[in-house]
Amino acid sequence: MFAKRIQPMVFQARRLYVEVMLQVMGRALQAVSEFDSASQAEARSLPEGFLFEMMVMPDGSRMIVEHIGDGRLHYHGNKAPRPIDLSIQFKHIAHAFLVLSFQEKTSVAFANDRMLVDGDISYAVRMTRVLNRLETFILPKLVARRAVKEYPESLHLPEKLISAARIYLKVATHFVETARAS
Amino acid sequence: MSNKYYEFFCPVKVIAGKAALEHIPYELTGMGAKRPMIVTDKGVRAAGLLDPVIAACEESGLEIVSIYDDVPPDSSTSVVKDIAGIYRSEKCDSLIAVGGGSAIDTAKAVNLLVSEGGDDIAKYTGAGVIKHPLKPFLVVPTTAGTGSEVTSVAVITDTKKSVKLPFTSSFLLPNAAVIDPRMTLTLPPHITAATAMDAMTHAIEAFTCMAKNPLSDAYATSAIKKISQSLLQVMDNPKDADGRLELAQASTMAGIAFSNSMVGLVHALGHAAGAICHLPHGLCMSLFLPYALEYNLETIREPLGELLLYLEGPEVYAATPSNRRAEASISALRKLRDELHKRCKLPRTLKETGSVTEDQLDTIAEMAMDDGSIMFNPKEVLIEDARAVIKRAWA
Repeated sequence: MFAKRIQPMVFQARRLYVEVMLQVMGRALQAVSEFDSASQAEARSLPEGFLFEMMVMPDGSRMIVEHIGDGRLHYHGNKAPRPIDLSIQFKHIAHAFLVLSFQEKTSVAFANDRMLVDGDISYAVRMTRVLNRLETFILPKLVARRAVKEYPESLHLPEKLISAARIYLKVATHFVETARAS
Repeated sequence: MSNKYYEFFCPVKVIAGKAALEHIPYELTGMGAKRPMIVTDKGVRAAGLLDPVIAACEESGLEIVSIYDDVPPDSSTSVVKDIAGIYRSEKCDSLIAVGGGSAIDTAKAVNLLVSEGGDDIAKYTGAGVIKHPLKPFLVVPTTAGTGSEVTSVAVITDTKKSVKLPFTSSFLLPNAAVIDPRMTLTLPPHITAATAMDAMTHAIEAFTCMAKNPLSDAYATSAIKKISQSLLQVMDNPKDADGRLELAQASTMAGIAFSNSMVGLVHALGHAAGAICHLPHGLCMSLFLPYALEYNLETIREPLGELLLYLEGPEVYAATPSNRRAEASISALRKLRDELHKRCKLPRTLKETGSVTEDQLDTIAEMAMDDGSIMFNPKEVLIEDARAVIKRAWA
């Protein structure tokens, strides 16, 4: 009885968590592409103006980023200025929650068919590598190990901490700017 | 609660064995089809492989209304459009693909176009675009390797844009795959070897990559056992119909396995080498298989060790210490590769192919990094790792 009563609240909390995490990831993608040369190298092969979306089916939360050239990504929020070029779609919010709460690695979620790729698969592979790189920066090592296939041994603590600080600072600034603008 | 999850789907009816072709009329009429079109290539027709298919249909009063026999090795959007035009003008109502991967993929795309309408196949790329079952469609494979008869994917080249268009939908799957040993009896030795190694790679990657699951495992191990037991036998005696049937079934089983559990690094490298150096897909699989397994070794030690039972049989498996079985599996595959080289000169290294130059290796590595299969490889692959594997496969 109690479980039944709190179930709607649990669902709402999960929806809110996924929405916030997608917003954070979108902003963090923009941030990491502003200074990390490896992420820039991955994104550079995307066409300029390329729109990438991660969303929850059928019409749930989403985040959209655009490749604005030279490996830089720009976060558009949840509104696309043009038709999307590549969409990674979680089949259900429960699956998005598993991935975004780091209970299931992105690669495992792909393997488990939790997500659909609509668009050029080679670009999806690249964007997944950028996402993995981002996660290794911003998550504590123990959590990052759960999120990515293999934690890079070459990533040492000073680089991780400095990169994470830069990303979090840029994300926070972006959040404040968005709040002020609205 | 376990975190494990998997999906498995294969609605294709498999009709296999002696006089399997003679089931085609029954299957088609059972789906209400009366005017089938055959899609094939010139090689298949020249080898006389259409004759038993046509005879089987005519004997049952089912007329083959049209035959398109000009499918190129890399099928294109314009070929698909042409075939769809003939299908419509001849008022056909069903398709029979007779051939290897290209003929089958082409027929899948034609079926999509004639069922959904229009002339532009490109608009049907992407996830979830196809929502309805397509026209009745049977596949008769003439090679034992691709497994295309049980995969829900078709790849067609858009010649105008010079890109490969992938089509993915469970509706692309044929209603039935007809596996008749007569269709592979005349396959030349080097194609028999390369296509069998393609099937072997499908099964091994299905069993060792990230989306492995109990059902695909069962198909994969059975396929590996059949190939291990029959391939050299067939190479020594190409007219061995039983051995041919074993290989053909193994190919279908490996196809079912990998289409439900995906493939990994061997395919990523093989796709890239095939695209850059124009090497046959099966040969690429044979070239990269041992080296990619060595790269993945520590991540897949347990499942790879298990495969020794199916590669070498129970005696060798029992006599090999459990901590050496994974290495022994790789050795068994190297041994098989060497035996194939002895019998039909199937190249063992990239250098031996004579079609690859050393300065292409880096480009192969770079292209492999963008291949979708790399996502399902059990171990993360960096560009320098891909380069190292390719270098080992070089000579």
